Amino acid sequence: MFSWCTDPSAIDGLAWLSCYLTTGKHLSIYVSVGTVLLLLAITAPVALAFGFGGAMAARSHFAPLSWLGKAYIAIVRGVPDIAFFLFFVIALDQFFEWLRHEVKCPDWDQPIRQGNDFVVCAEAKLPLSTAAQWVHETYGFSLAVLTFSIVFGAFAANVLFGAMRAVPHAQLETAEAYGMSRRQTFWRILVPQMWVYALPGLSNLWMVLIKATPLLFLLGVEDIVYWARELGGSKTAKFTDYPHPDWRVWYFLALLVFYLAFTRVSEIVLGRIMKRLTHGQATMGGEAQRKAS
Amino acid sequence: MKSILLGTAALAMTATVAMAQDVVRMGTEGAYPPYNFINDAGEVDGFERELGDELCTRAEVTCEWVTNDWDSIIPNLVSGNYDTIMAGMSITPEREEVIGFTQNYTQPDPSAYLVLSGMEDIDLSGAVIAAQTGTIQAAFVAEMGATLVEYATPDETVAAVRNGEADAVLADKSYLAPVADESDDVMLLDQDEMIGGGVGMGVRQSDTELKEKFDAAIQSMKDDGSLNELLVKWEIGAPF
Repeated sequence: MFSWCTDPSAIDGLAWLSCYLTTGKHLSIYVSVGTVLLLLAITAPVALAFGFGGAMAARSHFAPLSWLGKAYIAIVRGVPDIAFFLFFVIALDQFFEWLRHEVKCPDWDQPIRQGNDFVVCAEAKLPLSTAAQWVHETYGFSLAVLTFSIVFGAFAANVLFGAMRAVPHAQLETAEAYGMSRRQTFWRILVPQMWVYALPGLSNLWMVLIKATPLLFLLGVEDIVYWARELGGSKTAKFTDYPHPDWRVWYFLALLVFYLAFTRVSEIVLGRIMKRLTHGQATMGGEAQRKAS
Repeated sequence: MKSILLGTAALAMTATVAMAQDVVRMGTEGAYPPYNFINDAGEVDGFERELGDELCTRAEVTCEWVTNDWDSIIPNLVSGNYDTIMAGMSITPEREEVIGFTQNYTQPDPSAYLVLSGMEDIDLSGAVIAAQTGTIQAAFVAEMGATLVEYATPDETVAAVRNGEADAVLADKSYLAPVADESDDVMLLDQDEMIGGGVGMGVRQSDTELKEKFDAAIQSMKDDGSLNELLVKWEIGAPF
Protein backbone atom coordinates (compact mmCIF):
# COMPACT_ATOMS: atom_id res chain seq x y z
CA MET A 1 0.00 0.00 0.00
CA PHE A 2 2.61 2.55 1.13
CA SER A 3 6.07 3.02 -0.35
CA TRP A 4 7.84 1.86 2.82
CA CYS A 5 5.98 -1.48 2.88
CA THR A 6 8.25 -3.39 0.49
CA ASP A 7 10.13 -5.17 3.26
CA PRO A 8 7.90 -5.44 6.35
CA SER A 9 10.48 -7.38 8.38
CA ALA A 10 12.84 -4.37 8.34
CA ILE A 11 10.41 -1.86 9.81
CA ASP A 12 8.65 -1.69 13.15
CA GLY A 13 6.35 0.43 15.26
CA LEU A 14 3.76 2.61 13.57
CA ALA A 15 5.21 2.13 10.10
CA TRP A 16 4.85 -1.64 10.46
CA LEU A 17 1.33 -1.25 11.79
CA SER A 18 0.32 1.03 8.93
CA CYS A 19 1.50 -1.61 6.46
CA TYR A 20 -0.05 -4.46 8.41
CA LEU A 21 -3.45 -2.81 8.62
CA THR A 22 -3.56 -2.09 4.89
CA THR A 23 -2.78 -5.55 3.48
CA GLY A 24 -5.28 -6.93 0.97
CA LYS A 25 -6.49 -9.25 3.66
CA HIS A 26 -7.25 -6.37 6.01
CA LEU A 27 -9.06 -4.50 3.27
CA SER A 28 -11.39 -7.52 3.16
CA ILE A 29 -12.43 -7.00 6.76
CA TYR A 30 -13.14 -3.32 6.08
CA VAL A 31 -15.29 -4.33 3.13
CA SER A 32 -17.11 -6.87 5.28
CA VAL A 33 -18.08 -4.10 7.73
CA GLY A 34 -19.85 -2.51 4.77
CA THR A 35 -21.43 -5.86 3.90
CA VAL A 36 -22.85 -6.21 7.39
CA LEU A 37 -24.21 -2.65 7.41
CA LEU A 38 -25.73 -3.15 3.97
CA LEU A 39 -27.33 -6.39 5.10
CA LEU A 40 -28.90 -4.62 8.08
CA ALA A 41 -30.06 -1.71 5.96
CA ILE A 42 -31.84 -4.00 3.51
CA THR A 43 -33.02 -6.68 5.92
CA ALA A 44 -34.69 -4.39 8.44
CA PRO A 45 -37.31 -2.89 6.07
CA VAL A 46 -37.85 -6.19 4.24
CA ALA A 47 -38.32 -8.08 7.51
CA LEU A 48 -40.73 -5.37 8.66
CA ALA A 49 -42.70 -5.83 5.45
CA PHE A 50 -42.77 -9.62 6.00
CA GLY A 51 -43.91 -8.97 9.56
CA PHE A 52 -46.61 -6.57 8.48
CA GLY A 53 -47.87 -9.06 5.90
CA GLY A 54 -47.77 -11.88 8.44
CA ALA A 55 -49.65 -9.87 11.06
CA MET A 56 -52.27 -8.74 8.53
CA ALA A 57 -52.74 -12.34 7.40
CA ALA A 58 -52.96 -13.63 10.97
CA ARG A 59 -55.79 -11.23 11.89
CA SER A 60 -57.63 -11.73 8.61
CA HIS A 61 -61.31 -12.70 8.75
CA PHE A 62 -60.71 -15.16 5.93
CA ALA A 63 -59.85 -18.34 7.87
CA PRO A 64 -57.27 -20.02 5.54
CA LEU A 65 -55.29 -16.75 5.28
CA SER A 66 -55.37 -16.40 9.04
CA TRP A 67 -54.11 -19.99 9.45
CA LEU A 68 -51.34 -19.28 6.97
CA GLY A 69 -50.24 -16.18 8.90
CA LYS A 70 -50.39 -17.94 12.24
CA ALA A 71 -48.56 -21.01 10.92
CA TYR A 72 -45.77 -18.80 9.51
CA ILE A 73 -45.36 -17.06 12.87
CA ALA A 74 -45.47 -20.26 14.91
CA ILE A 75 -43.21 -22.42 12.72
CA VAL A 76 -40.44 -19.91 12.03
CA ARG A 77 -40.35 -18.69 15.62
CA GLY A 78 -40.11 -22.28 16.83
CA VAL A 79 -37.20 -23.44 14.68
CA PRO A 80 -33.69 -22.65 16.01
CA ASP A 81 -31.97 -19.96 13.89
CA ILE A 82 -28.90 -22.04 13.21
CA ALA A 83 -30.93 -25.00 11.93
CA PHE A 84 -32.92 -22.62 9.78
CA PHE A 85 -29.76 -21.10 8.35
CA LEU A 86 -28.07 -24.43 7.69
CA PHE A 87 -30.93 -26.33 6.07
CA PHE A 88 -33.48 -23.85 4.83
CA VAL A 89 -31.05 -21.90 2.67
CA ILE A 90 -29.67 -24.98 0.91
CA ALA A 91 -33.25 -26.17 0.39
CA LEU A 92 -34.31 -22.75 -0.94
CA ASP A 93 -31.37 -22.65 -3.33
CA GLN A 94 -32.19 -26.15 -4.56
CA PHE A 95 -35.85 -25.21 -4.97
CA PHE A 96 -34.95 -22.23 -7.20
CA GLU A 97 -32.60 -24.37 -9.25
CA TRP A 98 -35.22 -27.09 -9.59
CA LEU A 99 -37.77 -24.56 -10.87
CA ARG A 100 -35.30 -23.26 -13.47
CA HIS A 101 -34.37 -26.82 -14.34
CA GLU A 102 -38.01 -27.72 -15.07
CA VAL A 103 -38.36 -24.70 -17.35
CA LYS A 104 -35.02 -24.71 -19.12
CA CYS A 105 -34.21 -28.39 -19.52
CA PRO A 106 -37.43 -30.30 -20.25
CA ASP A 107 -35.44 -32.99 -22.12
CA TRP A 108 -33.29 -33.92 -19.14
CA ASP A 109 -33.72 -37.65 -18.53
CA GLN A 110 -31.59 -38.18 -15.42
CA PRO A 111 -32.95 -37.93 -11.89
CA ILE A 112 -32.38 -34.71 -9.93
CA ARG A 113 -31.22 -36.66 -6.90
CA GLN A 114 -28.40 -39.05 -7.64
CA GLY A 115 -27.41 -40.67 -4.39
CA ASN A 116 -26.28 -37.79 -2.21
CA ASP A 117 -25.98 -35.39 -5.08
CA PHE A 118 -28.33 -32.71 -6.25
CA VAL A 119 -27.83 -32.42 -10.00
CA VAL A 120 -29.53 -30.02 -12.37
CA CYS A 121 -28.53 -29.16 -15.91
CA ALA A 122 -25.80 -26.56 -16.30
CA GLU A 123 -28.20 -23.94 -17.68
CA ALA A 124 -30.34 -24.15 -14.55
CA LYS A 125 -27.52 -23.48 -12.12
CA LEU A 126 -28.11 -20.41 -10.03
CA PRO A 127 -26.02 -18.46 -10.65
CA LEU A 128 -24.46 -20.06 -13.73
CA SER A 129 -21.12 -21.61 -12.92
CA THR A 130 -19.65 -19.41 -15.67
CA ALA A 131 -20.83 -16.26 -13.90
CA ALA A 132 -18.27 -13.96 -12.34
CA GLN A 133 -17.41 -14.32 -8.69
CA TRP A 134 -19.23 -11.12 -7.73
CA VAL A 135 -22.47 -12.56 -9.16
CA HIS A 136 -22.08 -15.58 -6.89
CA GLU A 137 -21.41 -13.32 -3.95
CA THR A 138 -24.40 -11.12 -4.69
CA TYR A 139 -26.60 -14.18 -5.03
CA GLY A 140 -25.36 -15.55 -1.70
CA PHE A 141 -25.94 -12.17 -0.12
CA SER A 142 -29.50 -12.00 -1.48
CA LEU A 143 -30.23 -15.47 -0.11
CA ALA A 144 -28.93 -14.24 3.24
CA VAL A 145 -31.17 -11.17 3.14
CA LEU A 146 -34.18 -13.33 2.27
CA THR A 147 -33.47 -15.83 5.04
CA PHE A 148 -32.86 -13.16 7.65
CA SER A 149 -36.06 -11.41 6.54
CA ILE A 150 -38.15 -14.56 6.83
CA VAL A 151 -36.80 -15.33 10.30
CA PHE A 152 -37.03 -11.81 11.68
CA GLY A 153 -40.26 -11.20 9.80
CA ALA A 154 -41.92 -13.93 11.85
CA PHE A 155 -40.88 -12.28 15.10
CA ALA A 156 -41.92 -8.87 13.79
CA ALA A 157 -45.28 -10.33 12.73
CA ASN A 158 -45.87 -11.51 16.27
CA VAL A 159 -44.95 -8.10 17.68
CA LEU A 160 -47.19 -6.26 15.19
CA PHE A 161 -50.04 -8.71 15.72
CA GLY A 162 -49.94 -7.92 19.43
CA ALA A 163 -49.57 -4.18 18.80
CA MET A 164 -52.63 -4.14 16.55
CA ARG A 165 -54.67 -5.69 19.32
CA ALA A 166 -53.32 -3.22 21.87
CA VAL A 167 -54.87 -0.20 20.14
CA PRO A 168 -57.92 0.75 22.28
CA HIS A 169 -61.03 -0.83 20.82
CA ALA A 170 -63.02 2.34 21.39
CA GLN A 171 -60.92 4.03 18.69
CA LEU A 172 -62.00 1.46 16.12
CA GLU A 173 -65.64 1.65 17.18
CA THR A 174 -65.57 5.42 16.88
CA ALA A 175 -64.12 5.14 13.40
CA GLU A 176 -66.92 2.79 12.44
CA ALA A 177 -69.50 5.17 13.93
CA TYR A 178 -68.10 7.87 11.63
CA GLY A 179 -68.91 5.57 8.74
CA MET A 180 -65.42 4.42 7.84
CA SER A 181 -65.14 1.12 6.03
CA ARG A 182 -63.11 -1.70 7.55
CA ARG A 183 -60.19 -0.92 5.24
CA GLN A 184 -60.28 2.78 6.10
CA THR A 185 -60.39 1.99 9.81
CA PHE A 186 -57.37 -0.27 9.43
CA TRP A 187 -55.18 2.15 7.49
CA ARG A 188 -56.26 5.46 9.05
CA ILE A 189 -56.89 4.55 12.67
CA LEU A 190 -55.29 1.25 13.58
CA VAL A 191 -51.96 1.36 11.75
CA PRO A 192 -50.89 4.90 12.76
CA GLN A 193 -51.64 4.17 16.40
CA MET A 194 -50.17 0.69 16.70
CA TRP A 195 -46.50 1.72 16.16
CA VAL A 196 -46.16 3.07 19.67
CA TYR A 197 -47.08 -0.36 21.02
CA ALA A 198 -44.91 -2.16 18.48
CA LEU A 199 -41.73 -0.13 18.84
CA PRO A 200 -40.35 -1.62 22.08
CA GLY A 201 -40.66 -5.11 20.60
CA LEU A 202 -39.30 -4.04 17.23
CA SER A 203 -36.33 -2.27 18.77
CA ASN A 204 -35.50 -5.49 20.63
CA LEU A 205 -35.58 -7.34 17.32
CA TRP A 206 -33.30 -4.75 15.74
CA MET A 207 -30.74 -5.25 18.50
CA VAL A 208 -30.91 -9.02 18.09
CA LEU A 209 -30.58 -8.66 14.32
CA ILE A 210 -27.41 -6.58 14.68
CA LYS A 211 -25.86 -9.32 16.75
CA ALA A 212 -27.11 -12.15 14.52
CA THR A 213 -25.00 -11.09 11.53
CA PRO A 214 -22.17 -13.57 12.27
CA LEU A 215 -24.61 -16.25 11.08
CA LEU A 216 -23.76 -14.89 7.63
CA PHE A 217 -20.71 -17.11 7.36
CA LEU A 218 -22.95 -20.17 7.50
CA LEU A 219 -24.31 -18.88 4.21
CA GLY A 220 -20.85 -18.44 2.72
CA VAL A 221 -20.82 -14.64 3.11
CA GLU A 222 -17.59 -13.59 4.79
CA ASP A 223 -18.56 -11.32 7.68
CA ILE A 224 -16.55 -9.37 10.23
CA VAL A 225 -16.44 -12.15 12.82
CA TYR A 226 -15.04 -14.58 10.25
CA TRP A 227 -12.33 -12.11 9.27
CA ALA A 228 -11.52 -11.25 12.88
CA ARG A 229 -10.96 -14.93 13.61
CA GLU A 230 -8.98 -15.47 10.42
CA LEU A 231 -6.79 -12.36 10.80
CA GLY A 232 -6.31 -12.75 14.53
CA GLY A 233 -5.16 -16.38 14.42
CA SER A 234 -1.43 -16.86 14.88
CA LYS A 235 0.60 -16.60 11.67
CA THR A 236 3.94 -18.22 10.98
CA ALA A 237 6.61 -16.34 9.05
CA LYS A 238 6.62 -18.95 6.31
CA PHE A 239 3.23 -18.01 4.96
CA THR A 240 3.02 -14.27 5.56
CA ASP A 241 5.21 -11.18 5.65
CA TYR A 242 3.55 -10.17 8.91
CA PRO A 243 3.99 -13.06 11.37
CA HIS A 244 2.34 -12.61 14.76
CA PRO A 245 1.11 -14.73 17.69
CA ASP A 246 -2.53 -15.26 18.56
CA TRP A 247 -4.05 -11.76 18.33
CA ARG A 248 -7.68 -12.76 18.27
CA VAL A 249 -8.32 -10.96 21.55
CA TRP A 250 -7.45 -7.59 19.93
CA TYR A 251 -9.60 -8.22 16.91
CA PHE A 252 -12.53 -9.30 19.02
CA LEU A 253 -12.01 -6.26 21.22
CA ALA A 254 -12.38 -4.11 18.12
CA LEU A 255 -15.57 -6.01 17.25
CA LEU A 256 -16.86 -5.43 20.78
CA VAL A 257 -16.34 -1.69 20.42
CA PHE A 258 -17.98 -1.74 16.99
CA TYR A 259 -21.06 -3.60 18.19
CA LEU A 260 -21.40 -1.56 21.39
CA ALA A 261 -21.10 1.72 19.50
CA PHE A 262 -23.58 0.54 16.93
CA THR A 263 -26.18 -0.59 19.44
CA ARG A 264 -25.69 2.64 21.42
CA VAL A 265 -26.40 4.75 18.33
CA SER A 266 -29.42 2.57 17.60
CA GLU A 267 -30.71 3.11 21.13
CA ILE A 268 -30.49 6.87 20.78
CA VAL A 269 -32.25 6.89 17.42
CA LEU A 270 -34.97 4.51 18.62
CA GLY A 271 -35.47 6.65 21.71
CA ARG A 272 -36.15 9.68 19.51
CA ILE A 273 -38.59 7.78 17.32
CA MET A 274 -40.41 6.54 20.43
CA LYS A 275 -40.73 10.10 21.70
CA ARG A 276 -42.27 11.22 18.44
CA LEU A 277 -44.68 8.27 18.22
CA THR A 278 -45.82 8.74 21.81
CA HIS A 279 -47.01 12.24 21.05
CA GLY A 280 -50.78 12.51 21.53
CA GLN A 281 -51.25 8.83 22.38
CA ALA A 282 -53.46 7.53 25.18
CA THR A 283 -50.51 5.83 26.85
CA MET A 284 -48.62 6.69 30.02
CA GLY A 285 -45.81 8.21 27.95
CA GLY A 286 -48.28 10.29 25.93
CA GLU A 287 -49.98 11.49 29.08
CA ALA A 288 -46.64 12.53 30.61
CA GLN A 289 -45.76 14.48 27.44
CA ARG A 290 -49.14 16.27 27.57
CA LYS A 291 -48.66 17.30 31.19
CA ALA A 292 -45.10 18.49 30.60
CA SER A 293 -46.03 20.79 27.74
CA MET B 1 -34.66 -35.95 -41.53
CA LYS B 2 -36.42 -35.41 -38.30
CA SER B 3 -34.04 -37.69 -36.45
CA ILE B 4 -31.09 -35.87 -37.98
CA LEU B 5 -32.50 -32.58 -36.74
CA LEU B 6 -33.05 -34.03 -33.32
CA GLY B 7 -29.55 -35.41 -33.39
CA THR B 8 -28.05 -32.03 -34.19
CA ALA B 9 -30.16 -30.44 -31.50
CA ALA B 10 -28.93 -33.01 -28.99
CA LEU B 11 -25.37 -32.44 -30.14
CA ALA B 12 -25.77 -28.69 -29.81
CA MET B 13 -27.15 -29.16 -26.34
CA THR B 14 -24.32 -31.37 -25.17
CA ALA B 15 -21.92 -28.83 -26.62
CA THR B 16 -23.41 -26.04 -24.56
CA VAL B 17 -23.40 -28.27 -21.49
CA ALA B 18 -19.72 -28.96 -22.02
CA MET B 19 -19.06 -25.25 -22.44
CA ALA B 20 -20.88 -24.34 -19.28
CA GLN B 21 -18.92 -27.06 -17.50
CA ASP B 22 -15.67 -25.45 -18.50
CA VAL B 23 -15.66 -23.23 -15.43
CA VAL B 24 -14.92 -25.38 -12.42
CA ARG B 25 -15.51 -23.88 -9.00
CA MET B 26 -12.92 -25.09 -6.52
CA GLY B 27 -13.99 -25.13 -2.88
CA THR B 28 -11.37 -24.80 -0.15
CA GLU B 29 -11.15 -23.79 3.50
CA GLY B 30 -8.37 -21.20 3.38
CA ALA B 31 -7.17 -21.82 6.93
CA TYR B 32 -4.78 -24.77 6.71
CA PRO B 33 -1.26 -23.78 5.69
CA PRO B 34 0.67 -25.09 3.84
CA TYR B 35 -2.23 -26.81 2.05
CA ASN B 36 -4.42 -23.75 1.66
CA PHE B 37 -4.54 -20.34 3.31
CA ILE B 38 -5.43 -16.74 2.60
CA ASN B 39 -2.27 -14.79 1.82
CA ASP B 40 -1.53 -11.16 2.71
CA ALA B 41 -3.22 -9.97 -0.46
CA GLY B 42 -6.44 -11.71 0.62
CA GLU B 43 -6.26 -14.46 -2.02
CA VAL B 44 -6.29 -18.23 -1.69
CA ASP B 45 -2.70 -19.46 -1.67
CA GLY B 46 -0.73 -22.56 -0.76
CA PHE B 47 0.13 -26.00 -2.08
CA GLU B 48 -3.40 -26.78 -3.23
CA ARG B 49 -3.83 -23.42 -4.96
CA GLU B 50 -0.68 -23.96 -6.99
CA LEU B 51 -1.49 -27.61 -7.66
CA GLY B 52 -5.12 -26.87 -8.48
CA ASP B 53 -4.24 -24.14 -10.97
CA GLU B 54 -1.79 -26.46 -12.70
CA LEU B 55 -4.36 -29.30 -12.78
CA CYS B 56 -6.93 -26.95 -14.30
CA THR B 57 -4.47 -25.93 -17.02
CA ARG B 58 -3.78 -29.57 -17.83
CA ALA B 59 -7.48 -30.50 -17.77
CA GLU B 60 -8.19 -27.43 -19.95
CA VAL B 61 -10.79 -25.92 -17.67
CA THR B 62 -11.03 -22.48 -16.09
CA CYS B 63 -11.01 -22.55 -12.33
CA GLU B 64 -12.51 -20.21 -9.79
CA TRP B 65 -11.55 -20.49 -6.11
CA VAL B 66 -14.17 -20.26 -3.37
CA THR B 67 -13.68 -20.44 0.38
CA ASN B 68 -16.18 -22.24 2.57
CA ASP B 69 -16.41 -23.14 6.24
CA TRP B 70 -14.95 -26.61 6.90
CA ASP B 71 -18.12 -27.72 8.72
CA SER B 72 -20.36 -27.30 5.69
CA ILE B 73 -17.79 -27.97 2.97
CA ILE B 74 -19.27 -31.37 1.97
CA PRO B 75 -22.99 -30.38 2.03
CA ASN B 76 -22.25 -27.41 -0.23
CA LEU B 77 -20.40 -29.65 -2.68
CA VAL B 78 -23.19 -32.20 -3.05
CA SER B 79 -25.70 -29.37 -3.32
CA GLY B 80 -23.73 -28.00 -6.28
CA ASN B 81 -22.47 -24.67 -4.94
CA TYR B 82 -19.00 -25.59 -6.16
CA ASP B 83 -17.63 -28.54 -8.07
CA THR B 84 -14.55 -29.79 -6.21
CA ILE B 85 -13.04 -29.75 -2.75
CA MET B 86 -9.30 -29.19 -2.41
CA ALA B 87 -8.89 -28.62 1.29
CA GLY B 88 -6.32 -31.06 2.59
CA MET B 89 -9.09 -33.64 2.80
CA SER B 90 -7.86 -37.18 3.34
CA ILE B 91 -9.57 -40.00 1.52
CA THR B 92 -11.48 -42.13 4.04
CA PRO B 93 -14.19 -44.79 3.62
CA GLU B 94 -16.68 -42.65 5.60
CA ARG B 95 -16.26 -39.68 3.27
CA GLU B 96 -16.33 -41.91 0.21
CA GLU B 97 -19.88 -42.90 1.13
CA VAL B 98 -20.94 -39.30 0.55
CA ILE B 99 -18.60 -37.88 -2.10
CA GLY B 100 -16.17 -39.22 -4.68
CA PHE B 101 -12.41 -38.67 -4.64
CA THR B 102 -9.80 -38.45 -7.37
CA GLN B 103 -6.60 -40.39 -6.85
CA ASN B 104 -4.53 -39.04 -3.99
CA TYR B 105 -2.16 -36.15 -4.70
CA THR B 106 -0.18 -36.51 -1.47
CA GLN B 107 1.20 -39.60 0.20
CA PRO B 108 -0.58 -40.61 3.39
CA ASP B 109 0.80 -37.82 5.56
CA PRO B 110 1.78 -38.69 9.12
CA SER B 111 -0.20 -36.91 11.81
CA ALA B 112 1.79 -35.50 14.70
CA TYR B 113 1.14 -34.39 18.27
CA LEU B 114 1.95 -30.83 19.30
CA VAL B 115 2.44 -30.21 23.04
CA LEU B 116 3.79 -27.45 25.26
CA SER B 117 7.59 -27.53 25.52
CA GLY B 118 8.78 -29.76 28.33
CA MET B 119 5.77 -32.03 28.15
CA GLU B 120 7.43 -34.81 26.15
CA ASP B 121 6.64 -37.44 28.81
CA ILE B 122 2.90 -36.90 28.50
CA ASP B 123 0.66 -39.98 28.74
CA LEU B 124 -1.46 -39.58 25.62
CA SER B 125 -4.08 -42.18 26.53
CA GLY B 126 -5.17 -40.12 29.52
CA ALA B 127 -4.63 -36.70 27.95
CA VAL B 128 -7.05 -34.09 26.62
CA ILE B 129 -6.38 -33.90 22.88
CA ALA B 130 -7.58 -31.15 20.55
CA ALA B 131 -8.48 -31.76 16.91
CA GLN B 132 -10.47 -29.97 14.23
CA THR B 133 -14.11 -31.06 13.96
CA GLY B 134 -14.84 -33.63 11.29
CA THR B 135 -11.21 -34.55 10.58
CA ILE B 136 -9.64 -38.00 10.49
CA GLN B 137 -7.59 -36.96 13.51
CA ALA B 138 -10.74 -36.24 15.55
CA ALA B 139 -12.09 -39.70 14.70
CA PHE B 140 -8.72 -41.22 15.59
CA VAL B 141 -8.58 -39.54 19.03
CA ALA B 142 -12.14 -40.58 19.80
CA GLU B 143 -11.20 -44.18 18.99
CA MET B 144 -7.96 -44.29 21.00
CA GLY B 145 -9.88 -43.46 24.16
CA ALA B 146 -8.30 -40.11 25.06
CA THR B 147 -10.54 -37.13 25.81
CA LEU B 148 -11.30 -35.31 22.57
CA VAL B 149 -12.01 -31.61 22.32
CA GLU B 150 -13.01 -30.34 18.90
CA TYR B 151 -12.51 -26.88 17.40
CA ALA B 152 -13.89 -25.33 14.23
CA THR B 153 -10.55 -24.20 12.78
CA PRO B 154 -7.01 -25.66 12.90
CA ASP B 155 -5.66 -22.46 14.41
CA GLU B 156 -7.96 -22.77 17.42
CA THR B 157 -6.63 -26.26 18.20
CA VAL B 158 -3.12 -24.84 18.58
CA ALA B 159 -4.43 -21.94 20.67
CA ALA B 160 -6.14 -24.49 22.94
CA VAL B 161 -2.79 -26.10 23.78
CA ARG B 162 -1.16 -22.72 24.40
CA ASN B 163 -3.85 -21.61 26.84
CA GLY B 164 -4.09 -24.97 28.60
CA GLU B 165 -7.53 -26.10 27.45
CA ALA B 166 -5.95 -29.16 25.87
CA ASP B 167 -2.71 -31.09 26.49
CA ALA B 168 -1.94 -31.85 22.86
CA VAL B 169 -3.09 -31.25 19.27
CA LEU B 170 -3.32 -34.05 16.74
CA ALA B 171 -3.14 -32.74 13.15
CA ASP B 172 -1.26 -33.25 9.89
CA LYS B 173 2.46 -33.03 10.53
CA SER B 174 2.97 -30.64 7.60
CA TYR B 175 0.59 -28.20 9.29
CA LEU B 176 2.08 -28.48 12.78
CA ALA B 177 5.78 -28.55 11.85
CA PRO B 178 6.06 -24.83 10.84
CA VAL B 179 4.18 -23.87 14.00
CA ALA B 180 6.60 -25.83 16.21
CA ASP B 181 9.64 -24.59 14.27
CA GLU B 182 8.90 -20.93 14.79
CA SER B 183 7.95 -20.83 18.44
CA ASP B 184 9.76 -22.03 21.55
CA ASP B 185 6.68 -22.62 23.67
CA VAL B 186 5.42 -25.64 21.71
CA MET B 187 7.07 -28.75 20.27
CA LEU B 188 6.23 -31.93 18.36
CA LEU B 189 6.31 -35.37 19.98
CA ASP B 190 8.46 -38.02 18.30
CA GLN B 191 5.45 -40.27 17.96
CA ASP B 192 3.59 -40.06 14.61
CA GLU B 193 0.31 -41.65 13.63
CA MET B 194 -0.28 -42.94 10.13
CA ILE B 195 -3.95 -42.27 9.42
CA GLY B 196 -5.87 -41.65 6.23
CA GLY B 197 -5.22 -42.64 2.65
CA GLY B 198 -3.57 -39.46 1.42
CA VAL B 199 -5.25 -36.27 0.33
CA GLY B 200 -7.43 -36.29 -2.77
CA MET B 201 -9.73 -33.91 -4.58
CA GLY B 202 -13.37 -34.34 -3.58
CA VAL B 203 -16.00 -34.34 -6.33
CA ARG B 204 -19.69 -35.21 -6.53
CA GLN B 205 -20.20 -38.93 -7.01
CA SER B 206 -22.35 -38.29 -10.07
CA ASP B 207 -19.67 -36.08 -11.64
CA THR B 208 -17.65 -38.93 -13.16
CA GLU B 209 -16.53 -36.85 -16.14
CA LEU B 210 -14.83 -34.25 -13.96
CA LYS B 211 -13.29 -36.94 -11.77
CA GLU B 212 -11.74 -38.63 -14.84
CA LYS B 213 -10.39 -35.33 -16.13
CA PHE B 214 -8.66 -34.50 -12.87
CA ASP B 215 -7.51 -38.10 -12.34
CA ALA B 216 -5.75 -37.90 -15.69
CA ALA B 217 -4.26 -34.48 -14.84
CA ILE B 218 -2.95 -35.71 -11.47
CA GLN B 219 -1.50 -38.81 -13.13
CA SER B 220 0.31 -36.67 -15.71
CA MET B 221 1.77 -34.52 -12.93
CA LYS B 222 2.89 -37.64 -11.07
CA ASP B 223 4.47 -39.01 -14.25
CA ASP B 224 6.52 -35.96 -15.14
CA GLY B 225 7.62 -35.26 -11.58
CA SER B 226 6.02 -31.82 -11.33
CA LEU B 227 3.82 -32.98 -8.44
CA ASN B 228 6.91 -34.01 -6.47
CA GLU B 229 8.43 -30.58 -7.03
CA LEU B 230 5.36 -28.97 -5.49
CA LEU B 231 5.36 -31.41 -2.56
CA VAL B 232 8.99 -30.57 -1.82
CA LYS B 233 8.44 -26.84 -2.26
CA TRP B 234 5.57 -26.75 0.25
CA GLU B 235 7.14 -29.43 2.51
CA ILE B 236 4.20 -31.81 2.41
CA GLY B 237 4.95 -35.43 3.35
CA ALA B 238 6.96 -37.80 1.22
CA PRO B 239 7.20 -37.48 -2.58
CA PHE B 240 5.73 -40.16 -4.85
